[in-house]
Amino acid sequence: MDMFITSVTVFLLAIFVGFEVITKVPPTLHTPLMSGSNAISGITVVGAIVAAGSKEPLVAAVLGVVAVIFATINVVGGFLVTNRMLLMFKRKKN
Amino acid sequence: MGTQLINIVYLIASICFILGLKGLTSPRTAPQGNLLGASGMLLAVLATLLDQHILTYQLIIVGLVVGGAIGAYLALTVQMTAMPQMVAAFNGFGGGASALVAATALIAPGDLTSVPPIQLYVASTASGLIGAATFTGSMVAWAKLQGTLLWQPKSDVLQKIINGGLFSLCLLLAAFVVVNPTGLWAYWLLVAAAAVLGVMLTVPIGGADMPVVIALLNSYSGLAAAATGFVLGNNVLIISGSLVGASGIILTNIMCKAMNRSLVHVLFGTLGPTAETATADEVYGGKVKSASPEEAAMIFDTARLVIIVPGYGMAVAQAQHAVRDLANLLEQRGAEVRYAIHPVAGRMPGHMNVLLAEADVPYEQLYALEQINDSFPEADVALVIGANDVVNPTAREDSSSPIYGMPILDVDKARTVMIIKRSLSPGFAGIPNPLFAAPNALMLFGDGKDMVRELIAALKEQ
Repeated sequence: MDMFITSVTVFLLAIFVGFEVITKVPPTLHTPLMSGSNAISGITVVGAIVAAGSKEPLVAAVLGVVAVIFATINVVGGFLVTNRMLLMFKRKKN
Repeated sequence: MGTQLINIVYLIASICFILGLKGLTSPRTAPQGNLLGASGMLLAVLATLLDQHILTYQLIIVGLVVGGAIGAYLALTVQMTAMPQMVAAFNGFGGGASALVAATALIAPGDLTSVPPIQLYVASTASGLIGAATFTGSMVAWAKLQGTLLWQPKSDVLQKIINGGLFSLCLLLAAFVVVNPTGLWAYWLLVAAAAVLGVMLTVPIGGADMPVVIALLNSYSGLAAAATGFVLGNNVLIISGSLVGASGIILTNIMCKAMNRSLVHVLFGTLGPTAETATADEVYGGKVKSASPEEAAMIFDTARLVIIVPGYGMAVAQAQHAVRDLANLLEQRGAEVRYAIHPVAGRMPGHMNVLLAEADVPYEQLYALEQINDSFPEADVALVIGANDVVNPTAREDSSSPIYGMPILDVDKARTVMIIKRSLSPGFAGIPNPLFAAPNALMLFGDGKDMVRELIAALKEQ
């Protein structure tokens, strides 16, 4: 139960932090915000790695590997595409 | 690696994500912010790989390499105009991964997690439901934006009943899994029902509402990751997932406000013309003036303030570079050029900003709706390129119109309005636009890019 309460606390506090940080993002950057936060949602790759590395049974490991592939597409693709967009915004300053 | 140590590393990764998102508050700091977020992710992945519970690395490495290669290839080759569907697809993969991780936690709980059983079962079903619906919903959004899926049924009563039934079925199956966790078939049935629900919810949604849907799916993928965090008792997943969930909800809210729609309407209704709406013939009959690029160039010749209004038509025609060239030419001739960006112009939040940034348009020239609307009466020319519903004065004037109350760009108040458009076909709202027949409006019929190029040529010849 302790663990559950701690998890809920973390969850709610993070939502508040999220609202505070994200409401300050200007409309110009809404697309990069979306693809950047999307890449962060790929954090589920951490869970996928643990799942893929589990010792038994085989079906869990197989599902884990598929999850690793899915999540890594999300993470790598998300951060790279965001970077491509942001470099376009940056270039004009120079 | 000890439990304490790995949790500290996860905490550092979480801080990287928060600071990374904070970096996005300014275009100047944004690239470093994104890099910080990516570093946090790398840190979390490396720490997890070094974790002592992990026994078999081969499969994991294969998964990382395959996924990384696919993601990198897609991200580096995608056209900027195709960005909305790319983001939608990536999003779906994240959601799908969450549902799969929850499944493995149900199969081998002792191996993966030490959370109390009730938390494991409740969180797993939440992750499975949200993750699966996000996966299929995102894939449908991808297909619709890509233009490969044109099927768009009217959202009717029957469909609402089916969706309600599917959702109830999901909740029933979730309750069954919680009470009877050894019945893994119930979890897979839940995932299947949620997957169908994701399709059913996204299929009836039209192109104009896509920015809302993509923002919402973004939020869902975060919530799925947070739910997986509850499954595994892992704080970095809970923190990152809720950050993304909050971000998606904020953007969803902004998009809904920009269209004067409630979220419930977007999800469960469609925007159709009402019975009283004027027909295209009544609105346009004999009043539409078509102009040639040469005539338009003459008007531009004396213009001091020009406001360019880009829409999805500009994106489809890939006209952003030509538009930038036209703006440069006008500036060389002493005119001031501004860009007016409606929040839902395009197919995802801020889509136009990215396209114009790609064409090197300085972001100081980009104005949001509330910043620019007062400037239209002073503008000599408002140049509308492929936008329709977001410049329709009906939204301001006709309370019986389906788009009544939606904030629009007041282009009709400019001295001259030039509209580059292929035809008089309506936008996604399906209603005619009286702007096209206004006394101060000129239609330049043609493809966005070709017409802008012809305008440039005509201006240079003067």
